[in-house]
Amino acid sequence: MDPYALKILNAERRARRAAILVTDLGDGRDRIVREGDQVAGDLGAAIARAFRTGNSGSVEAEGRTFFLNAHLPQPRLVVIGAVHISQALAPMAKIAGYPVEIIDPRTAFATPDRFPDVALHAEWPEDVLKRQPLDSYTALAAVTHDPKVDDFALKAALDANCFYVGALGSRKTHAKRVERLLALGASADQIARIHAPIGLDIGAASPAEIAVAVLAQAINAFRSRGLDAKGAAA
Amino acid sequence: MENSIYLDEARDPLIIAEGWMKDGKEVAIATVVETWGSAPRPVGSHLVIDADGDFHGSVSGGCVEGAVVSEAIDVIDSGKARMLEFGVADETAWQVGLSCGGRIKVYVERLG
Repeated sequence: MDPYALKILNAERRARRAAILVTDLGDGRDRIVREGDQVAGDLGAAIARAFRTGNSGSVEAEGRTFFLNAHLPQPRLVVIGAVHISQALAPMAKIAGYPVEIIDPRTAFATPDRFPDVALHAEWPEDVLKRQPLDSYTALAAVTHDPKVDDFALKAALDANCFYVGALGSRKTHAKRVERLLALGASADQIARIHAPIGLDIGAASPAEIAVAVLAQAINAFRSRGLDAKGAAA
Repeated sequence: MENSIYLDEARDPLIIAEGWMKDGKEVAIATVVETWGSAPRPVGSHLVIDADGDFHGSVSGGCVEGAVVSEAIDVIDSGKARMLEFGVADETAWQVGLSCGGRIKVYVERLG
């Protein structure tokens, strides 16, 4: 392995950015491909697939055999609101492989009693996200209903290009939210990325069912990363 | 094990390999490139080895690491990468093999 490639790879991994080490198994030469880099042909298609799935493996292309080692950051879910839905969502998401953090400045809601075994911040999103910024391997679900708590986090999630952004509330509530986010400087394209009303339409009624719908929607967003862009280019 | 969102730098094989390199050590990196049947470590897993035979990480559940380490020391000497295959079908199954019944292919290369 090229020592320089190893350095770049580790720097990307430390920064929670996706990278693939491409090794030619014939001659041992390797290089790093970052997410978004353009690679042509069959090899490029295999690289795009590896970024999406996170699966490593060998691929035959251009008469050679390449090994693609996909290094994706651990995806995670940040929930704004220590509410009933979040109580169900936290353990479910953890089981599905998405560690959860919950942020809610309302100390009556954000108690360890209600949220055992979860990273819980009884603080304003502004303060927590300054310390632990969002990134493109983070999903954000805003479920407080309260603009004072949700809006800043939603804008931050759009700016950080979170792979999933969802907001609880009816269409009417969301229409008002859109106005506020525009006033905060979000673009219409950014705002169109928000899933609202939140969750896949499975007819969810209880808080736990809504949690299932939110988690499924977040997973769907994660596993279809990059597909929209390609569809638009074609 | 908990899924941390940050690297566990003290145990991460590729971070350790980079540290060894900075310390002036000679290093080999072994990578699982293919698995068949039940295999304890997924494709992409690493074992890193230095010229003294110290190692971190894993390519199996401890079944074949010994053999990979000795091959890795040869790879460090020669600079020539090798592809190793392990499985119960091997003649050497009872010395070095996977008791789980799977097969794995491990690529061993020198760093630099």
